Amino acid sequence: MMTARIHVTLKASVLDPQGSAVTKSLHALGYDEVADVRIGKYLEVKVNTTDRAVAEERITEMCEKLLANTVIEKYEFQLVEA
Amino acid sequence: MKFAVLVFPGSNCDIDAVKAVEDVLQQPVDTVWHTTSDLSEYDCIIVPGGFSYGDYLRCGAMASLSPVMEAVKVEAAKGKFIVGICNGFQILTETGLLPGALRHNDTMQFRCDITPLVVENADTPFTREYSKGDVINIPIAHGEGNYIADEETLARLNSNNQVVFRYHECNPNGSVERIAGICNEAGNVLGMMPHPERAVSDLLGSADGKAFFTSILKAWEARVHDHQRA
Repeated sequence: MMTARIHVTLKASVLDPQGSAVTKSLHALGYDEVADVRIGKYLEVKVNTTDRAVAEERITEMCEKLLANTVIEKYEFQLVEA
Repeated sequence: MKFAVLVFPGSNCDIDAVKAVEDVLQQPVDTVWHTTSDLSEYDCIIVPGGFSYGDYLRCGAMASLSPVMEAVKVEAAKGKFIVGICNGFQILTETGLLPGALRHNDTMQFRCDITPLVVENADTPFTREYSKGDVINIPIAHGEGNYIADEETLARLNSNNQVVFRYHECNPNGSVERIAGICNEAGNVLGMMPHPERAVSDLLGSADGKAFFTSILKAWEARVHDHQRA
């Protein structure tokens, strides 16, 4: 069994209204050093395989087909034994 | 002319779409469950608004993988008329039938209001009963209608006349170039965030959406007429 720890985030060129709202709230709390906040998703996908190369290929496919919308989002993942 | 209105778990504008077709056009219309895999009997397929699959992961992402959307792709390729409204627009972008994507409104507010649109292209099956430049009042009701596409896609949309509606002198959600609705290159697939099906009677605050539906019927009649002559 392996676990893919996947981060899906908005591309740098895409405005993140949630992140902007959180930036403003942090400023309101006095954290003036906050320059920017970007909000994304974290997914853990457990896969029944021990073959790292196969798992990487399959997880990439899953990200491309469903987990990320590559028009506006990018993704990265780490595979760990679990 | 036979219409289908798709129904996903979480659709909530399906009955409005059915009523609009029945009341404005007096044409037969079926609601079709998302597990259906054959839509060949229909001339126009409406993907209605709502919160399909609870908007899990992303708006429209799960619905885009349902069996009925494979059938929509088949019919779209045949040139059938496909309309995606609100969540339906999000689903059509997620399936790749329309370019771009829809993000959270830049205000982070859910916007629910009658909104003026300008008809940018009156030469589509969905707008032929309008004139280019017409300003029509159509309600919007969405939290994620902020249309975005890369510059290359935008240039293509503009040069091919694929921007069908823009918000008029307002931008309720932050959409790039105030885009409210687009069509595919062939012109038979349209997606829009505003709800023409909710603007078919003065009692609803606007009847400006009627011509949207009569356009589709006229376009279909013209197509049938051309086929008979050929």
